[in-house]
Amino acid sequence: MSSLTTRMGCKPGDYKSDLKPIWCPGCGDYHVLMSFTRAFAQLGLSPEMIAVVSGIGCSSRIPAYTNCYGFHGVHGRSLALAAGLKVTRPDLTVVVASGDGDGYSIGGNHFLHACRRNIDMTYVVMDNRIYGMTKGQPSPTTEPEFDTALTPGGTGVAPFHPLVVALASGANFIARCFSGEPNETADVLAEAIRHPGFSFVEILSPCVTFRPDEKDWKDLVRPASVPETDDQGRAARRLMTDDGFNLGILYRGNRTPFQLARGTSNIDLSELEKDFEL
Amino acid sequence: MTASPSISIAIVGSGGAGALTTVNFLLEVASAAGWHGLFTRTLGPQIRGGEAAGLLRLAVHPVECPPDQFDLIIGIDWQNAHRFGSEIKAGPETLVISDPRGGEPPPMVTQSGARVVDIPMKDIAKSIAGGRPNMIALGIASRLLGFTVEQVFALIEKQLGGKGAAAIEASRVGIKAGFKEAADIKFEPRLAPPIPSDARRWLLSGNEATALGAIRGGVRFAAAYPITPATEILEWLSPSLAKVGGILLQAEDELAAINMIIGASYGGTPALTATSGPGLSLMIEAMGLATASEIPIVVVDVMRGGPSTGIPTKSEQTDLNIAIYGLHGDAPHLVLAPQSVSDCLFTTQWATYLAETLQTPTIVLSDQFMGQARAAIDRPADVAFIGKRTLATSITGAYKRYALGPGGVSAMAVPGTPGGQYTADGLTHTETGIPTSGAADHRNQLDKRRDKLDQFNFGDHWASIEGTGDLALVTWGSLTGAAREAIGRAAADGFNVRLIAPRLLSPVQPDRLAAALEGVKRILVVEQTHSGQFHRYLRAHYDLPAPVRAFHRPGPLPITAGEIHRAITDWR
Repeated sequence: MSSLTTRMGCKPGDYKSDLKPIWCPGCGDYHVLMSFTRAFAQLGLSPEMIAVVSGIGCSSRIPAYTNCYGFHGVHGRSLALAAGLKVTRPDLTVVVASGDGDGYSIGGNHFLHACRRNIDMTYVVMDNRIYGMTKGQPSPTTEPEFDTALTPGGTGVAPFHPLVVALASGANFIARCFSGEPNETADVLAEAIRHPGFSFVEILSPCVTFRPDEKDWKDLVRPASVPETDDQGRAARRLMTDDGFNLGILYRGNRTPFQLARGTSNIDLSELEKDFEL
Repeated sequence: MTASPSISIAIVGSGGAGALTTVNFLLEVASAAGWHGLFTRTLGPQIRGGEAAGLLRLAVHPVECPPDQFDLIIGIDWQNAHRFGSEIKAGPETLVISDPRGGEPPPMVTQSGARVVDIPMKDIAKSIAGGRPNMIALGIASRLLGFTVEQVFALIEKQLGGKGAAAIEASRVGIKAGFKEAADIKFEPRLAPPIPSDARRWLLSGNEATALGAIRGGVRFAAAYPITPATEILEWLSPSLAKVGGILLQAEDELAAINMIIGASYGGTPALTATSGPGLSLMIEAMGLATASEIPIVVVDVMRGGPSTGIPTKSEQTDLNIAIYGLHGDAPHLVLAPQSVSDCLFTTQWATYLAETLQTPTIVLSDQFMGQARAAIDRPADVAFIGKRTLATSITGAYKRYALGPGGVSAMAVPGTPGGQYTADGLTHTETGIPTSGAADHRNQLDKRRDKLDQFNFGDHWASIEGTGDLALVTWGSLTGAAREAIGRAAADGFNVRLIAPRLLSPVQPDRLAAALEGVKRILVVEQTHSGQFHRYLRAHYDLPAPVRAFHRPGPLPITAGEIHRAITDWR
């Protein structure tokens, strides 16, 4: 999080736009939006000092539903766009919203490098293990036997483990939340935003339309039984053996966030010409 | 013995032999003495062990194109030199210096009738402690070109100062040996003395000029993914941006690079990336996003032979189609093309200014020929184009990011501006930026983006228009220099030819071209493509009021002034 202009007495409503959210009734993303605005209020950030950046998919509709600056970009590239914004505008709090298709499939390479680069921003992936907006195709986190029109009988391909990938790639904060617990999620988001460097928060957010089975998630999720760790080895073991339903902050590292040396901006441009003068 | 206004030298050696360094030294000596020059490299994609040649044309006047033929060719070795084919043209007047231990001179030399003189450069270098054959070659070339030992030594002191006294001494001995070997060789052409001038002079590549133009235009953020032949733009920008309070960020791929600059520009920082054809292909989708969300960005494409990996180290003008038509949907954007090393500075600065003013993505089509050429030039004039975005700074009431109005440009709020919060979107949107699929909003925003380009007055910089003949030579990009020289030769034959070279390729300027073509009876279109992309582009967008001939061929061979002159002469 950047040097903040914080305000006292902020309410979640201050961070909502006038636009009425459109998702399927029962979609987990409604609650994620609620968690966003609660986290912003908790932090007391000025809405104009927050930028919410997204790609394409159901999850990526979020920026327009906030009263913050937003960017709804192309599919899979939100992290890159956010990186360009944050390094040039370190005064802003940058939050990136994505989904399992946008973030892990088409945007997979950017995920690796965003973790590695460790720019001070927060990356929220709403994982529903399906492409919802295109009506039910398997994503990188879909179970191998899950039957779809595109992959009858399932993909037969093992799902991707985003938290492990994040840890191995250098993310500085790793957490998992459940959309059905908006207060807990808001607390974790606020922590993620506060923590320096690249914070990754996976939010299990059910797609009730194409994955009605995910309604059961509310019974499967549980707070992680062991406290958070700053030890990468320990975190790796935990994440590798985790069943995907342990909630909370799972890893909090202390890597120095990405920083670029900026020069002074008052140099006479003719100085640069010296490279060429005969 | 008459003095010649221009003289051309090629030095050939396998990669790592120092041929390119040697030619660069010759250019430095000549430009310090007041001559103009253009140094191009021709090499394979290998780093070491492949073929390499440095091609240098020195002149009393600015040099913007390659020579038709070389006066002097030095082969430190001829390993793989046959791969150059006809890139290094020799003739009966050419003097070739060949190391007998460097292999057989290639057919391009032996079949040309050129005079070959053997000098054992490798053996001479071996007899000197720390000696290198390319320093012998430097001595030979310097002697034949009429430079003094002192001129060359002064440069060696400057260039090799960091390498220690022993390295300098070894080079001095080698250079002297080269001077001695060349003393008795008859070499007719003599470069006329430089024209005295008070102009401050620069030595730089087109890629460096491009980068400086970007900073002068206001760019303070660059995203970088390496690609030949554009990388030097990014490498020069990295330390230079830091000096002016800017930032360069290395991206994981071109998809990231283009999105990074969109993010930076959305935050209020003028931003650029540089790439070549394959990278431009990857960036095209996000250029559509920048068009729709009206985020100013500059993308420099230093064109190389394509498609696919093509010929990464050689020039072509074949990205014209993708630059103009590559974006899906109706996506008005700007495409500009510099015309010389020097013009890379002006055009990139102007491009940045236009991108910022019109809040529109802008492609600058440079090419390998001028991008990687190093030229000794007069310092380009300062121009006043500095990007000035229309910003919404104090907002009261409802803010409309995409408000409709005259001129099409609407005020942009950057994050941090209270009351200006909006979501930039690639979805079709309303004036406030809210996504919509309504027909009227779609039409209105398409009109807005078109109008801001169509209603803008681009002024006289849109093209280079010279001369009054009734034959018009229409060309673009780095071929403008060769065309200008060909027209000069035609004028010497008593035949006036008009030059028309658009610097602004998109949006098209039908009225301006019509005015430029007034009274023309023949139109000769010249371009470096296989398929005639520029010719087709002209046909699609402009009325060509006279018979047209198209002269086009692909790379990697540069199109010379001699070839264009012949095309003109054939149509007198």
